[in-house]
Amino acid sequence: AKTKLTLIIIIMLFKHKQCQSQAIVIYTGWERHALVGSDIRLSCSFFSWRWTSEDVTFSWTYRPDGSRDSISIFHYTGGVPYVDNKGPFRDRLEFVGNPGRRDGSILLKNLDFSDNGTFTCDAKNPPDIVGRPSSVRLLVFEKVPIQAGVITGAIIGVVLGLLVLIVAIYYLMRFLVARRVFNLSVRSVPGLCPAALCQPGLCQGLGLTPEPIPGTETCVAKQA
Amino acid sequence: MLLILLGVLILHLIILVLLFVSTAANAWTVGGSSSTDLWYNCLTTNGGYHCRPASNEDWIQAVQALMVLSVLFCFFSLIAFVYQLFRLVKGGRFFFTAIFQILASLFVMCGAIIYTVMGPQGDSSASYGYAYVLAWVAFPLCLISGLIYIVLRKRE
Repeated sequence: AKTKLTLIIIIMLFKHKQCQSQAIVIYTGWERHALVGSDIRLSCSFFSWRWTSEDVTFSWTYRPDGSRDSISIFHYTGGVPYVDNKGPFRDRLEFVGNPGRRDGSILLKNLDFSDNGTFTCDAKNPPDIVGRPSSVRLLVFEKVPIQAGVITGAIIGVVLGLLVLIVAIYYLMRFLVARRVFNLSVRSVPGLCPAALCQPGLCQGLGLTPEPIPGTETCVAKQA
Repeated sequence: MLLILLGVLILHLIILVLLFVSTAANAWTVGGSSSTDLWYNCLTTNGGYHCRPASNEDWIQAVQALMVLSVLFCFFSLIAFVYQLFRLVKGGRFFFTAIFQILASLFVMCGAIIYTVMGPQGDSSASYGYAYVLAWVAFPLCLISGLIYIVLRKRE
């Protein structure tokens, strides 16, 4: 166990030495879905072992679906954001990030079908500049498609639920009738009225009056 | 009496198998090298057999749900038949069995109709597969079986 502990400590020190030269890691989403005409916020943040410097830069590039060229649409440097003023997103792009908190998110407004494509975020935190840019794919829909299986599951669940409900109600009614709480059949011939109907006035509509049998809980219906 | 019961039971089992195959087999529309619906779109190229999930449009999901429900209800009706066989009073009718079986036939009918109306017919090479035919065959059998259960009386 002691050798194991020393081994773990050695590995941790080795990783720590490596950490100082670890690359910057950039996080964006993987794929974003949006409706035509809506706005969408594309988030980009990074992880770096260094403190966030004042020279931190963010840049976004856009590559339309089916095209091989990328165009630069956003750049943040020296504390000032520069948005697209002549490309496909002029007047539609806004910087909503917080570089001090390592957030370089942008807001795209009024999406159209031509905005389908891949957006790449590249962040640099000098002296930590080695890293891989991360891409997020944007898909613009006319209406958001329902996921496979949602409607199937819903229909099956509702029908089975109704079935269970009907069976439960059926057994509940049977239970209640057996317990004499309900009496579903009203007899119109003189005979034994159930105890629940032993109150005067309840057999009135039938032209009968209940007469309790002394000593028992039942009564006899007599012609009025 | 025993022969009638046996015949009715065998018919019920055949219907259950038909419904199950129709629901599970992926051959509602076939054409050339592709077979689509109800669950996957599969294509046989010389590179192999590639499948991707079927389109998630509303009507396909409704057909999926209705076919699964019909299999479930047919199975419930079989269980109800066996239960009522031993517990029913003499002269009683197999109402529970009949209700489940008729509901199952209703579900198959709805599923088959929705698929007929909304199905992919545009492709000239595509035609209806055997699972679709089985669904349409199972519907009248299921209905007849349900009606038999309504008429059937338990004798000893």
